[in-house]
Amino acid sequence: MSGTGTRMNTGHPLKQAVLILACIVALLPSAFMLLTALKSQQEYTFDKVGLPDAVVGDHFRAVLFDSPFFLWMLNSAILALGAVALGTLVSCIGAYAIAKLEFRGRDTIFAISTSLMAVPPVVMIVPLFVLYTQLGLISTFPGAIVIYAGLITPFSVYLLTTFFRTLPQELFDAARLDGVKHHQILRHVVLPLSVPALLTLVVVNALFVWNDLLIAVIFLQEDAKRTLMAGIAVFQGRYNNQIPLSMAGMVVASAPMVILYITFQRYFIRGLMAGAVK
Amino acid sequence: MTLSRKLTPYLYLAPMLALLAFVFGFSILRVFEFSFKMVRGIDGPWIGLRNYRLVLSQPLFWESVRHNLLLLLAIPVMVAIALLLSLLLYDRLRGWKVYRTILFFPYILAIPIIAVVMKQMFQFSGPVNEVLRWLSLDFMALDWIGSTDVALWTVMMLIIWRESALGVILFLSRLLSLDEALIEAARLDGVTWWQRAWYVLIPQMRGVIEFYVVISVITMLSAVFAYIYMMGGGRGGPGTSTMVTELYIYNALTRTSLPGIASAVSVMLFVVSLALIYLLFVVRRRAAEDGA
Repeated sequence: MSGTGTRMNTGHPLKQAVLILACIVALLPSAFMLLTALKSQQEYTFDKVGLPDAVVGDHFRAVLFDSPFFLWMLNSAILALGAVALGTLVSCIGAYAIAKLEFRGRDTIFAISTSLMAVPPVVMIVPLFVLYTQLGLISTFPGAIVIYAGLITPFSVYLLTTFFRTLPQELFDAARLDGVKHHQILRHVVLPLSVPALLTLVVVNALFVWNDLLIAVIFLQEDAKRTLMAGIAVFQGRYNNQIPLSMAGMVVASAPMVILYITFQRYFIRGLMAGAVK
Repeated sequence: MTLSRKLTPYLYLAPMLALLAFVFGFSILRVFEFSFKMVRGIDGPWIGLRNYRLVLSQPLFWESVRHNLLLLLAIPVMVAIALLLSLLLYDRLRGWKVYRTILFFPYILAIPIIAVVMKQMFQFSGPVNEVLRWLSLDFMALDWIGSTDVALWTVMMLIIWRESALGVILFLSRLLSLDEALIEAARLDGVTWWQRAWYVLIPQMRGVIEFYVVISVITMLSAVFAYIYMMGGGRGGPGTSTMVTELYIYNALTRTSLPGIASAVSVMLFVVSLALIYLLFVVRRRAAEDGA
């Protein structure tokens, strides 16, 4: 290292500088958001860039207590929870069959399910919207949960099948010889061994549902059912001129994911890398 | 016994197949059907190719397509940024894990949130222009959001800013899985950093780069709705300068209530995405063979 090091090392300050610059660019919008949220409306009009003179907490109070942010977050959480629970359950059972059971059409089913990952959600919305209007399912949580669960299923099946296939076959053979039923093997052998894969999956899928805007603005139009992301679209229009207030809203809106990211970084990074396949 | 044994797998598959059949199967079949019908409310008469003819004769449709295609220009920039940063991170300089966490951060923020923030930053009298004027770069202080000539490029900048983060993580994980011995050998041979990157590292990243390019193409053509909806005030504005096909479908469905028209565009987007899915399979297989 030290032999060729002279050449390698002379690059270090430059390399550090590039990385630091990139980090600044990556963090700049968040810094602007946070600093502006703490400024008063008057201060922002004449100072858009600098640090706040005096920290003003009013905007946060306004966002938290006078706007429906908590309701929107609750709605998003209900949808994410419902869709992830339904999608993961269905995918676990299905993936077990694909990975460990013998039957006709297995490879075809897996291939079709996997290829659905790349179908853009926008292709499905027209028929679903027409059907939901007919059935009165627009602006209902069960209706939206089924759509979200369906959209996350191809990826979940893909990830779980490939993971289940890596589990040692002897485990299954031994359990089967002892006369253990498949559903028991799934519950007591496979799932406990799959916790990391399941966590990764939950992260990707929950993030997909939480961050989605397209399905949310089309299928949850009623005020009381709005998700956080759809709420932000409304909120932006309403407080377009009160920039510090709207930035405080964005700080509150991004807080849950930022906190989760910092706490569960490993699963996020692994999950999003896996999720890129979507 | 044997019968139930034969049935078991299908029993396990049933819920999954039912869900997929509803959300994907039903919708895809129905969207084809609707695209040949004049749908009013919940159904309508067959009208052959009239929806398609109408859509294809609309300048707004072609403008939307053109904007989606223009967004593809972001991809080389994203690849270049992601390559440079992942290669720098791979040097594992002091604090590289902190850099990694920060550089991945843009991808964590939801698109609507970051779009609201960026939209304020890039207002004509906003902080970005204030800094540019302060640096005497007045000519660069454009009307980022409000000008029809610039708005799409501003959205593209936001897309690059956020989507490059994914490239960094993908490329870095590929780099970290490479055989160290080979790279050490190159280092000892006294090659420069650039030579090592160009001749040793990047060739081994081919699979993951191709993969990233294909998923980015899919994103640009069919998954930029949230960016556009938020930055363009829900209407692809100013004017129609940031209109894209997804928003075209959304408008036809919810604003002008023409599900048939929306379906015709959906079908075209679906056919394009099928071609991309095939490409993704080819690329993924190659990436898997590389061990990515």
